[in-house]
Amino acid sequence: MKKFERLQGLVAPLDRANVDTDLIIPKQFLKSIKRTGFGPNLFDELRYLDEGYPGQDASSRPLNPDFVLNQSRYRDAQVLLARRNFGCGSSREHAPWALDDFGFRVVIAPSFADIFYNNSFKNGILLIALDETTVDRLFQETEANEGYRLDIDLAGQQVITPSGETIPFEVDAFRKHCLLEGLDDIGLTLEQSGAIRDFESRHRPANPWLFRDV
Amino acid sequence: MASQTLYDKLWAQHLVTQRDDGSALIYIDRHLLHEVTSPQAFEGLRLAGRKPWRRDANLATPDHNVPTTLKERSAGNAGILDDVSRIQVETLDANCESFDIEEFRINDERQGIVHVVGPEQGATLPGMTVVCGDSHTATHGAFAALSHGIGTSEVEHVLATQCLIAQKMKNMQVRVEGKLGLGVTAKDIVLAIIGRIGTAGGTGYAIEFAGSAIRDLSMEGRMTICNMAIEAGARVGLVAVDDNTIDYLKGRPFAPAADQWPAAVEAWRDLVSDDGAHFDKVVELDAAEIEPQVTWGTSPEMVVNVSASVPDPNDAADETVTQGMTRALEYMGLSAGQKITDIQLDKVFIGSCTNSRIEDLREAAKVAKGRKVADNIQLAMVVPGSGLVKRLAEAEGLDRIFVEAGFEWREPGCSMCLAMNADKLGAGERCASTSNRNFEGRQGYGGRTHLVSPAMAAAAAIEGHFVDVREYDYDRDSAREMSA
Repeated sequence: MKKFERLQGLVAPLDRANVDTDLIIPKQFLKSIKRTGFGPNLFDELRYLDEGYPGQDASSRPLNPDFVLNQSRYRDAQVLLARRNFGCGSSREHAPWALDDFGFRVVIAPSFADIFYNNSFKNGILLIALDETTVDRLFQETEANEGYRLDIDLAGQQVITPSGETIPFEVDAFRKHCLLEGLDDIGLTLEQSGAIRDFESRHRPANPWLFRDV
Repeated sequence: MASQTLYDKLWAQHLVTQRDDGSALIYIDRHLLHEVTSPQAFEGLRLAGRKPWRRDANLATPDHNVPTTLKERSAGNAGILDDVSRIQVETLDANCESFDIEEFRINDERQGIVHVVGPEQGATLPGMTVVCGDSHTATHGAFAALSHGIGTSEVEHVLATQCLIAQKMKNMQVRVEGKLGLGVTAKDIVLAIIGRIGTAGGTGYAIEFAGSAIRDLSMEGRMTICNMAIEAGARVGLVAVDDNTIDYLKGRPFAPAADQWPAAVEAWRDLVSDDGAHFDKVVELDAAEIEPQVTWGTSPEMVVNVSASVPDPNDAADETVTQGMTRALEYMGLSAGQKITDIQLDKVFIGSCTNSRIEDLREAAKVAKGRKVADNIQLAMVVPGSGLVKRLAEAEGLDRIFVEAGFEWREPGCSMCLAMNADKLGAGERCASTSNRNFEGRQGYGGRTHLVSPAMAAAAAIEGHFVDVREYDYDRDSAREMSA
């Protein structure tokens, strides 16, 4: 996983609650057996006026001019500002893959769905939950100021606005560590192989029916 | 020891290591795989030169992309006309073969929707941890198994280590007491719960469904409820073990053999929340007050009683909700105040991991029996959850009831629940669906989904619009005999 570096990110506002993973990346793109290439289809049904399909050349598709990411001022955004319960619905990791592939490194919202939350951190995307009032204010500031950027300081667990205001945020210590160091979860867990084997040596005799000799 | 909830017990029984930072390593007993969320995980294993930690914990079947029409299906993988879909299914086959993982392939009779197949095979057992790269893994919690959906990185992690890095959730109890009215089903209970607590109401919680109305449900009804815990934001839904649980599992292929059965049952009997166990949140519903439910919007929380009307966005609690409702009404082509029973439909889908088991099909068949699908319904389809469900339904003559009424009787798979195969809604088409999500575009680009129970879907197919199945004239007794 890539390391999360301190970021001065351009902010794009997506003013909509309960953004589900079907909306983030529609199912027809889940047929890919790769992890990359989902960026052009991020928010496909909002972004384009036609129906998308895999393998299409996105550059020739009609864009929805009203959609926020189609406005030139937001096109290079790295920070997505969203509303409550962002990422609800399915477990598809294609959702954070698409956000990442588009260029987003951070999503700020009042709350996130659980599975999406896990999946994002596994892909080096930082999710920041802030209270509704603060998020409201960030929406106003973003929309009022073209080129609005936020300084995302994960090490210090704070978001710094252009006016110098610092907004602290919570993130659990393990996820923070993995993100800052770009650590591979599986490698870390395999360092505990002994503990896993010990667990199995207790678990198996207590529940022999959970183990099949195939 | 202090009183524990069922979730507390399951967590403690699978804890490998607890870290100081609050995260933990938990052991995974059963890993179910399908073609959509696994290819990148297998690729990751291969690139790192890793092998599955314990291959007997894994069980795979293709479900999302498989065609449901007999003509295509009889050709096996070659019958999948969409190249990208076919490659995904072939990739699962190849990965299972090279990593030596048991797979029920496309035309194996045991193939089906992974969340139907697991319990049907007894591959889901009480006291297990069960994961799958699919959010509806919550289904398996009906068996007092700690079960939840995971992403593809976690699929790879489980394959490689047999563990997950996890954090303990909070405990919520949803208690449903009393007797359900005739014609009101498990699907209506869970939609009513989601309507009450909202689509994020369960975020961060494991929900245990309890109370006499839950105890009265069959295992299939409990699966329907746990399946949709995720639509209330909870990754985990649970129901405590009782005789129903144990009776359902006895004799299934992956269930404990006769010599292990008594010890297993003894261990499972403890899989209930202790008296006095602490729940961080408790929600109570009166079963007698639950009506058949119909969603009107683009989130499962946008749900009302069948006797109600489409709500007015201006009555919402805050501006964000009003905006969401307004957008949903526009997408759905509905207006505030419109009666639910006046909503005309184009298609009907009976199937999905929520409602494609034998009891669901029996319930729908008894409504359809001797009737005809309305002229305005262009397609009414019934998609059994597995090959074994299909065979049983055919042995009971349900397929003939459906076909004579004008429904299409299909081959097993996820089908139009998420429309990754050829089964989908066209733009603007309105569907009564027994599935679990009514998100924009879920059943096809521009498609409009109303979530309902199987009986409600069947009645809607016959009448061409929603009807209150409680007032519908059908032989409920014969249905009960069928399911006895």
